[in-house]
Amino acid sequence: MKFSEQWLREWVNPKISSQELMDQITMAGLEVDGFEPVAGKFQGVVVGEVQSVEPHPDADKLRVCQVSDGNQVVQVVCGAPNVRQGLKVPFAVVGAVLPGDFKIRKAKLRGQPSEGMLCSESELGLSDRHEGLMELPSDAPVGTELSDYLKLNDVAIDVDLTPNRSDCLSIKGIAREVAVLNSLVAEAPQIVPVEAVHSEVPDIRVDAPEGCPRYLGRILRNVNLQAETPLWMQEKLRRSGVRSIDAAVDVTNYVMLEQGQPMHAFDRDEISTGIVVRMARPAEKLVLLDGQEVELTDQTLVIADHEKPIAIAGVMGGEHSGVSPKTRDLVLESAYFDPITLAGKARHYGLHTDASHRFERGVDYELAREAMERATRLLMDIVGGEPGEIVEVASADNLPKQHKIDLRSKRLADVLGLEIDRTTVEEILTRLGLRVDKLLKDGWRIQVPSFRPDISIEEDLIEEVGRIYGYNNLPVTEPTGSLGLRVNEEATRPVSAIQNYFVSHGYQEAVTYSFVDPKVQAQVDPEREGIALANPISSDLSVMRTSLWSGLLKTVAYNQNRQQPRIRLFETGLRFLQDDQRIDQQQMLAGVVVGNQYPENWVNGRRTADFFDVKGELEGLFSLLGVQIDFIASQHPALHPGQTAELLRDGEHVGWLGTLHPQVQKNLELNGTILMFELSLNSVITGYVPNFKEISKFPEVRRDLAIIIGGEVAFADVERVTRKHAGEQLTALRAFDVYEGESLGEGNRSLALSLFWQHPERTLNEDEVHSLFNGVIDALKEELGATLRS
Amino acid sequence: MENLEQLVQDGLAAVEKADSLQALDHIRVEYLGKKGVITQQAKTLGKLSAEERPAAGQKINEAKGQVEQAINAKRSELERVAIEQKLASESIDVSLPGRGQDLGGLHPVTRTLQRIEEFFSRAGYTVEQGPEIEDDYHNFEALNIPDHHPARAMHDTFYFNPGTVLRTHTSPVQIRTMEAGKPPFRMICPGRVYRCDSDMTHTPMFHQVEGLLVEKNVSFADLKSTVEEFLRVFFERDLQVRFRPSYFPFTEPSAEVDIEWGREADGSIKWLEIMGCGMVHPKVFEHCGIDAEEYRGFAFGLGVERMAMLRYGVNDLRMFFENDLRFLRQFR
Repeated sequence: MKFSEQWLREWVNPKISSQELMDQITMAGLEVDGFEPVAGKFQGVVVGEVQSVEPHPDADKLRVCQVSDGNQVVQVVCGAPNVRQGLKVPFAVVGAVLPGDFKIRKAKLRGQPSEGMLCSESELGLSDRHEGLMELPSDAPVGTELSDYLKLNDVAIDVDLTPNRSDCLSIKGIAREVAVLNSLVAEAPQIVPVEAVHSEVPDIRVDAPEGCPRYLGRILRNVNLQAETPLWMQEKLRRSGVRSIDAAVDVTNYVMLEQGQPMHAFDRDEISTGIVVRMARPAEKLVLLDGQEVELTDQTLVIADHEKPIAIAGVMGGEHSGVSPKTRDLVLESAYFDPITLAGKARHYGLHTDASHRFERGVDYELAREAMERATRLLMDIVGGEPGEIVEVASADNLPKQHKIDLRSKRLADVLGLEIDRTTVEEILTRLGLRVDKLLKDGWRIQVPSFRPDISIEEDLIEEVGRIYGYNNLPVTEPTGSLGLRVNEEATRPVSAIQNYFVSHGYQEAVTYSFVDPKVQAQVDPEREGIALANPISSDLSVMRTSLWSGLLKTVAYNQNRQQPRIRLFETGLRFLQDDQRIDQQQMLAGVVVGNQYPENWVNGRRTADFFDVKGELEGLFSLLGVQIDFIASQHPALHPGQTAELLRDGEHVGWLGTLHPQVQKNLELNGTILMFELSLNSVITGYVPNFKEISKFPEVRRDLAIIIGGEVAFADVERVTRKHAGEQLTALRAFDVYEGESLGEGNRSLALSLFWQHPERTLNEDEVHSLFNGVIDALKEELGATLRS
Repeated sequence: MENLEQLVQDGLAAVEKADSLQALDHIRVEYLGKKGVITQQAKTLGKLSAEERPAAGQKINEAKGQVEQAINAKRSELERVAIEQKLASESIDVSLPGRGQDLGGLHPVTRTLQRIEEFFSRAGYTVEQGPEIEDDYHNFEALNIPDHHPARAMHDTFYFNPGTVLRTHTSPVQIRTMEAGKPPFRMICPGRVYRCDSDMTHTPMFHQVEGLLVEKNVSFADLKSTVEEFLRVFFERDLQVRFRPSYFPFTEPSAEVDIEWGREADGSIKWLEIMGCGMVHPKVFEHCGIDAEEYRGFAFGLGVERMAMLRYGVNDLRMFFENDLRFLRQFR
């Protein structure tokens, strides 16, 4: 809501500066978003009168004018098409300074001397109109400073109103607030009903009383819409950000700005038969005032005549029934439309109008008649005409009910944390127009006025009292309450522990969008379809991620394009899967690694990170979390077929580790060997609570062996067989060498293992160890075809 | 006995000349070993009379002691020199960089979230999580934002179908937590939220922390202290805070919170909007099955990126989601 400070001060004029006024209303909850002077900065501009206009001898488009500034008549060369004899215009005399520090000097235009300049609105910073000179009324006193004449010492204040405060979408509403804040009384213009001078009334039928509980119409005959809107009204409209169109439209807009009641004027000759307020019929069409043709839905409330819709109710009128300079008789509309019926309708048609903005938030349901009288009077003052009776069709059942709310003084004090004395409370409420209907033993029964549809419960009243009393005048106290101790599962580590683990292993945390490019996702997770947004912001952010890899790989590309060859990233966050009717939202942990394993320096070397680097880091994480995870050779469409491990916990899938498939890497235009992992966080976050075991006092025995195994045998197989046969006193098993070479035969590998045994209660004897060790060797030979390496 | 004297002199000279521990050991053996020249002098004692023997014996012992002492002194000296040489040869350029991994870093949003969570955890708040794809009920209805409500337009909602949206705030987590438990509550709900808006100052995803306290006796005055204290500990400054009436469908009364952030040209305080808060709306309690006559609550919410921008001086919101390593590394 944008309004002129001067206009507001006509209603209520506290003795405070503009800045103080703006601070005050901001602190009352009507946030001032900005303000601007209503005109550019200029001086030396007066009301001038064009006394004669002659053609320029050497230029077709220029005219040589004699202009009076009130003291003298000077020659001015002017190119504006609307310059004519007798016209009153803003005249920048020699020595004047226009906005942009533009100084007016004596000049010669195509040989003709010119002393001063006749101005357009845009040259004075009044508007962006520059198509011709600004035309001042014929009674404008020549020689008067223009800024005095137009009262330009004013600012346009823009208030960003919250959606509940529809009552402040008018000068009347803002004046009410300012009056309360300054303990003043707002002076409203007198509204006197206009006497009907004829008996013609519009034929109005309301078929949709739920959407339109009240509709008022009046005929104004024989108007002269050629008549110019007075400058004072044009100026108020302009300062409120509304363009002057013609007298009928200007007056309805003026009443809307002043009173808060949107209105409409129809050309009576263009409405056949009568007015019907109804829901649109499917596929009915209407050409709107802005020239746009819309196809209506049956959810849309329309104003129609007996044949066709003529306006979308509370949103915008139709072109056909709109007024024009030729219009002779007007039908004025002033109605109360139901906010719920109108909600979202303007947006549905790609519209947002001053009227729809107000009706959707709720207009004072008792205002229509008063506004009609105000508009009639203002119109008649400009365009003349003969008013008829007002016809009102109202449905009491559908109008909002007058209601009363009890405000308990104890509740007020409890919520605000302060006891405010009764008189202050009563004064605040009554000044806001909330009438004390009845004094109760412990509070008040409050009558809510029709202009405050936002007030419906006790808390709303408490807010009103707190707001006007001033939030910053309320005390500051510490909350009290019982603070019981809470369970904190020791076996479950906080996510921050995982984050810190990766940070200390050289990983940088990334936060990428939860919606991703479906093309990238198809590369990293081709077998699953991401859930698509109905209204994505762009196609590359249009489906929900099924894997955190999409975002991380995009981040790799972004950084590789910025000369960052060594990238180690991790991210935690949800991934989203459509699972029949359910949406599965699981917390994941993912990482990508590319480039050197260690930062390059004199001693770290330049070894590229490989599978086992990242596997080692994950193993470290799993020991931190206290979970046992198996890495099983597997296949994933985005991963290298020979470098992919599926991660299992107790046989259940928990995630993947692998090298990005070279083809996918190429498709995504990425460089280097990229290691990636992704785990379901909840599957690994809970480990165990330590449980002490007696430390063995007896010596540990170590035996080493080297075996040759075939290429198809995995270390995991060797480990499994070894553990099975090594007995329960085996404390550790380590591979300390892996070797592949031609001498071993095609595909064969040599594996060197150390086995450690220790008994908790006694020293193991040589024979026992020997027999276990031989048992392991035999089993490896038998079950895995291993040969002992000599 | 002049011979003994001479032997001692020779021995001392030899010790003096010894240039290694090995040479010194040879000298020890040569003079003091079982067959050493001084040790051998003891054999001459037999030729002496019983009266002369003790004195002569003592002389030999003195001679041995003299040489031994010299050897020990020389040994210490040589050992000291050897250690010094070894140390000198072992000296390294300590200014060269160390071996191994460098440190990564937390994303500034996480860093900020962790600080906020820590403050509130200490005050007894739990940290609650919830789904990001939400149903209309939890994101809107239960928070007193019915279908037709103009406040829905404030939210620029991403949706999948009419009943399913990307949560526009973390308040639905409060609803879910209240539905699942019994008052009193103290919780914060941090997490990702989504609005269909993207320009210089808006990203379609950002992070919020919303807090909720539900007790039998809690007031707007308590809310004020919680918010003020939080802002002061977050910025580690005794800054001025003001509460400005505002509107949220789920709180009543509602307020925007401004903090002092520099000065205007005329010396007045420059206020910066930083968060929203209010007393829980009775409708919200009703949706969660909590008696609004018995319990009251306050709620507050803030944007994490905004807090991080102010705290660390980041001037472009969009950088948080570009994940440029040169940006991220500044928050280690």
